[in-house]
Amino acid sequence: MEHLSGAEIVTRCLREEDVEFVFGYPGGAVLEIYDAIFRQTNFKHVLVRHEQAAVHAADAYSRSSNKVGVALVTSGPGATNAITGIATAYMDSIPLVVISGQVPSGAIGLDAFQEVDMVGCSRPIVKHNFLVKDVRDLAATFKKAFYIAASGRPGPVVIDIPKDVTIAKCAYEYPETINIRSYNPPTKGHPGQIKKAAQLLAEAKRPFIYVGGGAVQGGASAQVTELVRMLNVPCTNTLMGLGALDGTDPNFVGMLGMHGTYEANLAMQYCDVLIAIGARFDDRVISVPNQFLSNPKKIVHIDVDPSSIAKRVKVDVPIVGDVKHVLTDLVAVLKETGAKPNADALANWWKQIDEWRKPNSLLYTPSTEVIKPQHVIETLWKVTNGEAIVTSDVGQHQMWAAQYYKFRRPKQWINSGGLGTMGFGLPAAMGAQLANPDAQVACVTGEGSIQMNIQELSTCKQYHTPVKVLSLNNRYLGMVRQWQEFFYGTRYSESYMDALPDFVKIAEAYGHVGFKVENPADVEPVLREAFGPGLKERLVFIDFRTDPSENVFPMIQNGRGLNQMDLPEHMRGLQQTPFENNRDYGNLC
Amino acid sequence: MRHILSVLIENEAGALSRVTGLFSARGYNIDSLTVQTTEDPTLSRMTIVTHGSDDVIEQITKQLNKLIEVVKVIDLNEADHIERELMLIKVRAAGRDRDEMKRMADIFRGRIIDVTEKTYTIELTGTGEKLDAFIKGLDPTAILETVRTGASGIARGERILKI
Ligand SMILES: Cc1cc2nc3c(=O)[nH]c(=O)nc-3n(C[C@H](O)[C@H](O)[C@H](O)COP(=O)(O)OP(=O)(O)OC[C@H]3O[C@@H](n4cnc5c(N)ncnc54)[C@H](O)[C@@H]3O)c2cc1C
Ligand SMILES: Cc1ncc(C[n+]2csc(CCOP(=O)(O)OP(=O)(O)O)c2C)c(N)n1
Ligand SMILES: [Mg+2]
Repeated sequence: MEHLSGAEIVTRCLREEDVEFVFGYPGGAVLEIYDAIFRQTNFKHVLVRHEQAAVHAADAYSRSSNKVGVALVTSGPGATNAITGIATAYMDSIPLVVISGQVPSGAIGLDAFQEVDMVGCSRPIVKHNFLVKDVRDLAATFKKAFYIAASGRPGPVVIDIPKDVTIAKCAYEYPETINIRSYNPPTKGHPGQIKKAAQLLAEAKRPFIYVGGGAVQGGASAQVTELVRMLNVPCTNTLMGLGALDGTDPNFVGMLGMHGTYEANLAMQYCDVLIAIGARFDDRVISVPNQFLSNPKKIVHIDVDPSSIAKRVKVDVPIVGDVKHVLTDLVAVLKETGAKPNADALANWWKQIDEWRKPNSLLYTPSTEVIKPQHVIETLWKVTNGEAIVTSDVGQHQMWAAQYYKFRRPKQWINSGGLGTMGFGLPAAMGAQLANPDAQVACVTGEGSIQMNIQELSTCKQYHTPVKVLSLNNRYLGMVRQWQEFFYGTRYSESYMDALPDFVKIAEAYGHVGFKVENPADVEPVLREAFGPGLKERLVFIDFRTDPSENVFPMIQNGRGLNQMDLPEHMRGLQQTPFENNRDYGNLC
Repeated sequence: MRHILSVLIENEAGALSRVTGLFSARGYNIDSLTVQTTEDPTLSRMTIVTHGSDDVIEQITKQLNKLIEVVKVIDLNEADHIERELMLIKVRAAGRDRDEMKRMADIFRGRIIDVTEKTYTIELTGTGEKLDAFIKGLDPTAILETVRTGASGIARGERILKI
């Protein structure tokens, strides 16, 4: 058996796990590891400009592939800089292994230079973490970490390694398998429960399918699509589930929730049988549980994490299991028994859905004077044939990207939903581009968010990631401004961005191409140029001066129900109940 | 409602702080928590006394199970169980109080385990209510110091928490 140093073991373990990129930043506590990295060729190290960005890039690398993302940071400030990234991944259940350096074992607890209790700091925002005290435990810890991160409900795992452990040597062997007796994530769902779900579907008059990030993470898009098609049931995706069902599919009614479509929210409210697939009844989705349940419905909830089930909403048929396995079995049962919803009732339900669709809640007023942000996203879709990987930051631009880019497949839409981390978009685009070198990658951002990790333009230069940055520059922290307009009597407290930089010059200073677009007529030609063959190898930063007063609609205010949306101008005053001529719903209004 | 949860957990550094961190982060109550290694030195067993609605207790159980190091969780309240708590109480025992203290200890089946001229230290086990009752029965000014372990619980009969 070979004798290796802890640092060499780290690099060997990463090789065993087929790691392609490590996103990181060096410092005292990890110098041994960096030396070992220098001496190997199996994976590439990407030197970010801020540790938060390392974690976001690793995170998006994972979100846009089927692999675990890896980040490496030094102790103390390196570790704390990584915290926001780790929390972002945790909230969205993204598999990561984050390696942090630690002061030497003997110095732990002595307030040593750059000492921070990383295991303690990260505990509430990791799936699990380890402090490796003995070099002999290192290889097994890596094996466990990768397994825990990727299995069951995925999530970030931190491995904290004191410097002396990276220096110490021991015999190295990477374990082939690992057994953790206290950790056995479920795979198959209970057959009895699956039968019950099939039966409920067969009895349904107004069935609805609600698909979340679990279907994206669980690679179950094909199964979701099969179920939807087979039963011809309307389907919505959460912000995290976008792409699980093709956004252009006729059965897709759009995203639901706070900024969901009229039809998706009303279908969610008035359905009688709801199948929730890898979605967690988030407060930005169903708003207030009691309101949501005020129209009675039977709920089937498929989730790999039992604690997601019955957390906010009591369900009738809980199915604990991996979404792909469960859906495969459910489809099989439905085929075997021929169970399906009553055709007349379903036709009636579709009639209702189509009525809800008619006024088009995503309609906006076009302009030839000022650039409408929605128009930029629609044009992006057109120019990229709906095929680009789109990352976003957080704010109005994020919602417009979610609403107007019709994602065709899972893992195409990458955003921070659960934590809502401004500064995510650019490093995420970089990570996604590295995972998908041939893909077109667009980062939809705002002039506020981009400045939270703008230094990564430098990393993008170094590693030739030709992402296209679309900044919807409304000169406002727009999402904040919108809330202040609605709820704080237009008192725009600190939501105006004064002294904005010249983004074109910034892009150029970092060695990229920058455009400023003020005229709506230029939106398409500039996007065509940016994505055209001439700039294929270049990062292009486009500063779109968009309408500062535009708001995101529909919107559900805090504390309101799914049928109490604030609707866009052309739909104001519209009933948010089933249409009267549809007698089946009379008792529901 | 009050619940007693028994938790088998890997006997590893940091495991306890994961459990207490979970309770504080999610706003659950801990009325008491005891922990010690079991006959199998790789495992620790905790008894957590908590209270909350059925929904909250269900979430607590699920969240505990979600911790990687937790091997098994049972809610002792789901069936018959026994709970015991240990208290050491140091009381003033001078003059005519001395006999009275001895009598009280006897009534509650306590044992006097340390004696000085002016004090007794009494060891008492029982349910929390019994220990409360003992304290209530004493003249508050006679109590010098108390220390209680919190409840340990075990199911009655064939119901066993083991791996
Ligand atoms: C400004 C802003 C506005 C927002 N507005 C909206 C909005 O209008 N609509 C909206 O939907 N969201 C919105 N969000 C996002 C919201 O906060 C939540 O992040 C999101 O709704 C959660 O999505 P999800 O339910 O799909 O769950 P996720 O967070 O994606 O969780 C996935 C679930 O699936 C489970 N799971 C994971 N893997 C598997 C597997 N293999 N098998 C089975 N189950 C699995 C997990 O246990 C978990 O319960 C907004 C966020 C921001 C920042
Ligand atoms: C790190 C962080 N700080 C604060 C917030 C709160 N917040 C949410 S959206 C938003 C405004 C974002 O502004 P911008 O990036 O310009 O996007 P816009 O809404 O204008 O499209 C803010 C401040 C956040 N989500 N993340
Ligand atoms: Mg803005």
